Amino acid sequence: MAGFDKRVASYEEAMEGIESGMTVLAGGFGLCGIPENLIAEIKRRGVKDLTVVSNNCGVDGFGLGLLLEDRQISKIFASYVGENALFEQQMLNNEIEVVLTPQGTLAEKMRAGGAGIPAFYTATGYGTPIGEGKEERVFDGRHYILEEAIKGDFAIVKGWKADRYGNVMYRHTAQNFNPMAATAGKITVVEVEEIVEPGELEPSQIHTPGIYVDRIIQSTFEKRIEKRTVRS
Amino acid sequence: MALTREQMAQRVARELQDGFYVNLGIGIPTLVANYIPDGIDVMLQSENGLLGMGRFPTEEEVDPDMINAGKQTVTARPGAAIFSSAESFAMIRGGHVDLTVLGAFEVDQEGNIASWMVPGKLIKGMGGAMDLVAGAENIICTMTHASKHGESKLLEKCNLPLTGAGCINRVLTDLAYLEIKDGAFILKERAPGVSVEEIVEKTAGKLIVPDHVPEMTFDE
Repeated sequence: MAGFDKRVASYEEAMEGIESGMTVLAGGFGLCGIPENLIAEIKRRGVKDLTVVSNNCGVDGFGLGLLLEDRQISKIFASYVGENALFEQQMLNNEIEVVLTPQGTLAEKMRAGGAGIPAFYTATGYGTPIGEGKEERVFDGRHYILEEAIKGDFAIVKGWKADRYGNVMYRHTAQNFNPMAATAGKITVVEVEEIVEPGELEPSQIHTPGIYVDRIIQSTFEKRIEKRTVRS
Repeated sequence: MALTREQMAQRVARELQDGFYVNLGIGIPTLVANYIPDGIDVMLQSENGLLGMGRFPTEEEVDPDMINAGKQTVTARPGAAIFSSAESFAMIRGGHVDLTVLGAFEVDQEGNIASWMVPGKLIKGMGGAMDLVAGAENIICTMTHASKHGESKLLEKCNLPLTGAGCINRVLTDLAYLEIKDGAFILKERAPGVSVEEIVEKTAGKLIVPDHVPEMTFDE
């Protein structure tokens, strides 16, 4: 009896069920806190025509950039892209559809998706190209636009520690979009650096409660740094 | 003389107040952190989920899980808090950040700002800029007053697609410090050695020039 034990034994098992044409939500900001091994498994499986929801799209040869190599992504919702040459090329060739989304709106779309809220009003983007064609309303004399929630067939998440019930803690700023992505996947898969026994994590310090999590796997991570900056 | 980037950062830093939570954008705004006046304490917000950004790390302190919104490795100062992107933008959108400093391509006399997209050029995205300008009561735009070809960037109406509408109330350029109010730029200060005439000539939008426009001063 597995009960609440969310552990899976392999990456193959972790991404079981992913198919071409699905929507995948991914945590991470730049290369910080990205589910790097789960992304690599998606590449290995060769599924295509994915819609990806992520703040960025990795770099050439790492992170979500890996999925560009075999043209596995057909559409992406992101706030900032183009840190990679391959992405630029596919964008200019119209091989990938980019839905640029303000960063806070993107986070809130995922949060709302996981929280059962189909849409929300925000002032962000009003009067800009982002607001065009969207429903507008005035509250207290201020203009707002209606933004719809996003849900995924899969959410792929990078945590720090989890117990086998799927309660997750994140480390430092590797938290970023991960907690929101975790709530909004039909199947949420979390990879972590360490899986501990239930009871070892302080309940009040859990960032993502296990109820959102379907599968967890422990692994090691390269954690590539995008802009190493030090003081002299 | 037009202000240097460092002088622009110094001038913006004078707007900081003790106890302010501040979000600094990429470029000149980032430099403001180097000129926080003695005797005041400000907390820097980084929109990837850090309130209380510290110095850059030493080689030994570098941690891939600790970055700022510019994706640079950073440290957290004592008293910092770390949280999710949704929480971060809740504090931004909710108007809890006291001051936002960010760059712009163009601003206009109605307080509109264009800073993220030049049609025909590769569009990389707005990141958090649209949320920041929509949420902040108090924004300072740092920018050059005119293009290299002398074309004003302080306009009657922005030409480029907007980042936000009616949200900018203060602008620091390399030539002047201005407020935007009731459909006009108001000239408040000029860079050392820059004449009012030059500023008038390089401001395409409606400009109100008070009788006395003080010159900024900088310590050597």
